[in-house]
Amino acid sequence: MSLRIVVAVKYVPDATGDRHFAEDLTTDRDAVDGLLSELDEYAVEQALQIAEEADDAEITVLTVGPEDAKDALRKALSMGADQAVHVEDDALHGTDALGTSLVLAKAIEHTGYDLVVCGMASTDGTMGVLPAMLAERLGVPQVTLLSEVKVEDGKVTGRRDGDAASEQLEAQLPAVVSVTDQSGEARYPSFKGIMAAKKKKVESLDLSDLGIEEDEVGLAGAWTKVDSAAERPARTAGTIVTDEGEGGKQLAAFLAEQKFI
Amino acid sequence: MPYDGPQPVERQLPTEEARDLLGLTRELAAREIRPRAAEEEDAGCFPRDTFATIGAAGLLGLPYPDEYGGGEQPYEVYLQVLEELAMARLTVGLGTSVHTLACHAVAEFGTKEQRAEHLPAMLGGSLLGAYCLSEPASGSDAASLRTRAVRDGGDWVINGTKAWITHGGMADFYTVLARTGVEGPRGITAFLVPGDAEGLSAAAPERKMGLKGSPTAQVHFDGVRVSDARRIGEEGQGFTIALSALDSGRLGIAACAIGVAQAALDEALAFTAERQQFGRPLADFQGLRFMLADMATGIEAGRALYLAAARLRDSGQPFSKQAAMAKLHCTDTAMRVTTDAVQLLGGYGYTADFPTERYMREAKVLQIVEGTNQIQRMVIARHLAGPETH
Repeated sequence: MSLRIVVAVKYVPDATGDRHFAEDLTTDRDAVDGLLSELDEYAVEQALQIAEEADDAEITVLTVGPEDAKDALRKALSMGADQAVHVEDDALHGTDALGTSLVLAKAIEHTGYDLVVCGMASTDGTMGVLPAMLAERLGVPQVTLLSEVKVEDGKVTGRRDGDAASEQLEAQLPAVVSVTDQSGEARYPSFKGIMAAKKKKVESLDLSDLGIEEDEVGLAGAWTKVDSAAERPARTAGTIVTDEGEGGKQLAAFLAEQKFI
Repeated sequence: MPYDGPQPVERQLPTEEARDLLGLTRELAAREIRPRAAEEEDAGCFPRDTFATIGAAGLLGLPYPDEYGGGEQPYEVYLQVLEELAMARLTVGLGTSVHTLACHAVAEFGTKEQRAEHLPAMLGGSLLGAYCLSEPASGSDAASLRTRAVRDGGDWVINGTKAWITHGGMADFYTVLARTGVEGPRGITAFLVPGDAEGLSAAAPERKMGLKGSPTAQVHFDGVRVSDARRIGEEGQGFTIALSALDSGRLGIAACAIGVAQAALDEALAFTAERQQFGRPLADFQGLRFMLADMATGIEAGRALYLAAARLRDSGQPFSKQAAMAKLHCTDTAMRVTTDAVQLLGGYGYTADFPTERYMREAKVLQIVEGTNQIQRMVIARHLAGPETH
């Protein structure tokens, strides 16, 4: 039987752009071009490698987001994923991590899965809580923050590198894993992959398809809320040390003051 | 609108897939090619792995049929990909052009069996090709080549030396033109020689003024034996095969030249916007603004010219005259624009801390390769006034 892999990905504002909050303190998606979160590219890559190792596997890439989020799905499809699921609903605007995990979990159950692969965090929210929430909602084991992952004999195994130790972990499928940016560089789509992606199936779902009430999600249903946001002040010019015989000492004093030495 | 950093070139592309292809090319250029260019060119380091990366992405077989693993793109699109690659690093743009040229003989003149056997690997991105026409004593006068192939049973034995071979010593396959019969153009035949053939060796790479990351070397054929199944086209058809690729090769160089010129202009724009003298940015001074305007106009005209020739080619019309014009105009423009870019950066432009001096050295070679610009003028004049009477 085919190994069913679902990769949960996020469409985020380009981290190299000038990102802002909108007036309602949600992400301003108009200010900056969006793309597939770079940390999720690692998840797609690991899913592709697992699928290549397996005799028979099918990768579904899943996102919750506005219309433009299809771009993130297309990117993953052009890298080699087989099909995509896009959950899009106006009522989702402002949904927090808990609400997102509910929608993703319902969509994953709708699709069917043996393994869910996530990135370690998004590059915009950077909370990194989704994989754990998903595992809890789905009632399956979670093996998170892996820098190496394998699927064999109905089990997923992997290595989690911590500050003090590297752990070798294992879980029975079905399971949820997340992979870090140390798991291996993501491949580029090929030109033929981009062409093929246009013909792959993208299933569109809304909240009613998943049996979710509008008040469970969105700004109204959010458990967490941004009260205020202030722009980070522009970088200052820094300190210029002019060497008039005491330059070395001044530099040392500066470094000591900043607690670098 | 105030200057806001280098913008992508505004391109007219025929299809959505072409736009996606250019997007992919820009991503590869920005992430994989440009960041390594300055250091590796300075060190004379050939980026074989970069060719593997862009090969896997499908950029090493763009103008060839899908049936054999190619991208089935018109020249109008393929050349704009070359331009973007050359803009990031000429070694990669020119190398892609040479590789594409090296596939031309098999793709256009190979038998069905030869195409099916060789093209998928040649176009699929894992192999890199080289093209062996010039010799130490036979450059512009290509029909005087002396490398000889002699029949020996079902094989051919090749002896001689080829010169100025891009990827010489690095290539996985060589498209070789050798003499099998009479003197002159009718006695030449084309062969596809594997890079690891016994008796094939490359001399130490030439020490060049620029384009240092791209190895250029003499290639020696010392009793290299290939089977008749590796003869491409008929005996004596080699020069026709070589000529048919020449015009396309010239368009490749034209596109690369515009890429180098565009990179130089982008650098000059960024510098003159930033650099302050007499209390205002250099780009405020009319004398310099006019230089920038002339550079941009030359580039835009060059791009339009090579694309006009490409569109003729894509629609099956003769394009030899226009290809020579495009090669001439685009490479002369690149020389002028890169020289002006160095001038605009002043003393900084003359140092290796900025890329403009490298662009200027790279532009020079483009006025020489694939037919010197004097040869291009000869070709154009023949189209206009007929052959010379003496």
